[in-house]
Amino acid sequence: MSADPRDEIVDHIPALRAFALSLTRNGAVADDMVQDTLVKAWTKIGTFEAGTNMRAWLFTILRNTYYSNRRKAGREVSDAEGIFTESLSEKPAHDGRLQMADFRRAFVQLSDEQREALVLVGAQGFSYEDAAETCGVAVGTIKSRVNRARARLAELLKLDDEDELEMTDQATMAVVAAGRAGGVLS
Amino acid sequence: MGQTRRKDKDTEVIDENLRRVYQDMLDEAVPDRFLDLIAQLRAQDEGSEPTGGESK
Repeated sequence: MSADPRDEIVDHIPALRAFALSLTRNGAVADDMVQDTLVKAWTKIGTFEAGTNMRAWLFTILRNTYYSNRRKAGREVSDAEGIFTESLSEKPAHDGRLQMADFRRAFVQLSDEQREALVLVGAQGFSYEDAAETCGVAVGTIKSRVNRARARLAELLKLDDEDELEMTDQATMAVVAAGRAGGVLS
Repeated sequence: MGQTRRKDKDTEVIDENLRRVYQDMLDEAVPDRFLDLIAQLRAQDEGSEPTGGESK
């Protein structure tokens, strides 16, 4: 009785909700997905290998649910674009702490695949191997998704312009404009 | 040059912010609907018959 791995499921609910929210970017949809995941996990507990990473197993169920819903509904959630793009020209604070709102706006613009890889590795602390297994792809794929996600965020948040922030605003704008236009950084 | 150092710093800044955003999400209280659901699933198993609640 006490060895029922299902007893552990409840402990993972906060992580499941956080992961679902990172994927869907919509609280109501995320919680519906968590609900589906819990029901599936409960009934398919036989497929869970005792001693392995239960969180990774649960995340796998959740993301499969997400991607199959996405396919069915054909709704590649694109509302994130547009709404969030406008105010991205703000620059990060000097101490490296970004405004949370800025970060969120940039984060939701990543592709689903980049977002999930980054969350699993960067926030959830999964090993590349666990993340790869969760997403059903090769370890190298996860690594490159994480790298591309970080690079994209740096670009969206203008982290690359950080050195230029020391200059006057006008000079900064000029450098930024030039960088955008023609690869000063390459 | 300096690109690698800068990249490391970017990664640090990004991951730090990412963890803060994620931690905010983790800190949210678990809504009752999920605890109720688990209780319901458990009850179903034990009774091996629908124990009243089939709200799904």
